[in-house]
Amino acid sequence: MNTALPATLDHRLARFPFPFPEDAYRYSANVEPALTTVATPAGSWGDKLIEIDGDYRAELAERDAILRRDPSRLALLDHMRPAAWDALLTVLETLASEYPEDMEFSRAGRACRWNNRLLGEEWEFTVGDDSSLPGGPLGFLSSQVQEDIVLLDQREDALWLDGGVVTFAADWSMGFDVGMRFLEVHGPVPRIREEEIITRAQQFLMRLQPGQDYRRSNWTMTVGRRLDTSIETYPEWGPDRTSVADDPALPARLHLRVEVQHLVRLPRSGALMFLVRTHLASLEELATVPAWRERLGKVLAELPEDMADYKGISRYRHAASRWLLGA
Amino acid sequence: MNVLELAVADSKYIAPDIREIVLRRISAGQQEVLPSYIPGSHIVIECGGRANAYSLTGSGDSPEEYRISVQLRPDGRGGSSAVHRFRHGERVKVSGPRSAFPPVATARRHLLIAGGIGITPILSHLRAAAAWGREAELLYSFRPGHAAHLEDIRALCGSSPSLFLMEFTERKAFRTGLAEALRRQPLGTHLHVCGPLGFMDSVIAEARSACWPESRLHLEAFGAADLDPGKPFTAHLARTGRSVDVPSGTSLLEALENSGVPVPNLCRQGVCGECRIPVSKGRPEHRDLYLSESDKAANTTIMCCVSRSHEPHLELEL
Repeated sequence: MNTALPATLDHRLARFPFPFPEDAYRYSANVEPALTTVATPAGSWGDKLIEIDGDYRAELAERDAILRRDPSRLALLDHMRPAAWDALLTVLETLASEYPEDMEFSRAGRACRWNNRLLGEEWEFTVGDDSSLPGGPLGFLSSQVQEDIVLLDQREDALWLDGGVVTFAADWSMGFDVGMRFLEVHGPVPRIREEEIITRAQQFLMRLQPGQDYRRSNWTMTVGRRLDTSIETYPEWGPDRTSVADDPALPARLHLRVEVQHLVRLPRSGALMFLVRTHLASLEELATVPAWRERLGKVLAELPEDMADYKGISRYRHAASRWLLGA
Repeated sequence: MNVLELAVADSKYIAPDIREIVLRRISAGQQEVLPSYIPGSHIVIECGGRANAYSLTGSGDSPEEYRISVQLRPDGRGGSSAVHRFRHGERVKVSGPRSAFPPVATARRHLLIAGGIGITPILSHLRAAAAWGREAELLYSFRPGHAAHLEDIRALCGSSPSLFLMEFTERKAFRTGLAEALRRQPLGTHLHVCGPLGFMDSVIAEARSACWPESRLHLEAFGAADLDPGKPFTAHLARTGRSVDVPSGTSLLEALENSGVPVPNLCRQGVCGECRIPVSKGRPEHRDLYLSESDKAANTTIMCCVSRSHEPHLELEL
């Protein structure tokens, strides 16, 4: 494999979690323990649970604007309040230990102090008192991390999507899915019923214990550097999927979208937390790494039609593949 | 599994045959707070060559210490007497907390039922209920003068308008009280019970006769979250002619890795399918969630991270 490094590497590429270990992609329960570093031809990723990068302030500002326009991106069923507080405490503790220069967390009984030097913010709040933080525990948490947050309750031998803040959804709707079972949420995904992948994934998740953090990645493609591809904003981005196919600017417009999902059993409430971090890189950017250029070109060419349809990439994937492999 | 090395900070009798052990981090240099835990969790303590599970009795929110209460069982395997002999300052190896008896977040009300030393995980539930203002009712049955944590529980229930306590020292009174309590709970109440097996069986039977649905009945079943260590066996590697011993408590995957035989793997929990190995002779004891029933019946593959062998020998295509 030719892995000659380009002279200058964008910070995004250096930490980009390129998701394809082979020239063909199929669904699998591709879970692995968190916090293992993965070396790539452009750098490495995976050594942290929470990824803060150069887009931190910009992405938090974007989330804030989305939540103001559409508060339904945050949903929390009543019984998930303790889970939301647990998520907040767990993530703030993690931030403080992963970014000790920039973040500081301390607690005495229910009284907590949080210092985020990257944002220049300092907060004091009381565990269990929703009014002690702007937006409550979950809304506040979403103002501190680039990750989308999904909370699942475990009961009746199943997982239920009962809360979360999702502003950067890849073609789904938090407001629509809240309250559904994990298996129902994944109902539209082709092939997985036959292959029992989601059933197995649920079995795995239900057995996760606190302290055993796992991760998986997922991918699709997005036209433009657009994080918010939720169902709610489909009229804004849907038409791009047709127009990009014949556009000479396709390599600059079309992005590979990779989600790194961390799966965390929250240690106090027992709820499951998904931290979903979205990374975008254009074909042009990816093509500066020859191994990625060739691999993505082959994956897009080979992908079965039903999977390409579900991902919403059928109209342009062959054009993208031709550019990657031919140009 | 993450193992913590802790020190015995205190050990005292809290009932004639029950000792409470307090475990803390060893050095001040370490971060003081211990890993939080889900109410009803247990830790596994190694002592005297055995590993025993004990329920943690706190609420689980950022604890500075782990507290367990252990009843001496002279007829047991010796675990309880070893724990009773713990001395102040002694170092103890403890597995991180594991949850197999959690509260139900959607419960409208929590009916908690404890028999004797079964109070330990129930007390953890009660503390969490107090912390979050959940409505809970505790039925505590014990021998007169032998109740652990009774003062704690009375104080806790006295301090919160949403916690209710009923104490029983006679079997007949308990039966009557239980039957009555089961019949006046609002719909949506969940029942959690812990105690001797016979006690739990009778509580569950009474709940069924009062038409409680199974999904609202929860028993403490120790260690259900863990696979048992399994019997030892020997794996024969057909291609290289090597033999690898797999002791009890060691997975086939670990044994292969220890012998310098790398196997691709990811989850190490029998789910992801990465560590599948072809089997040429013998009967695998399938314990994974990956292979289909027909795969398992064929006995031609094994997920070596969790599965073992029914017989003393198993031949692998490696």
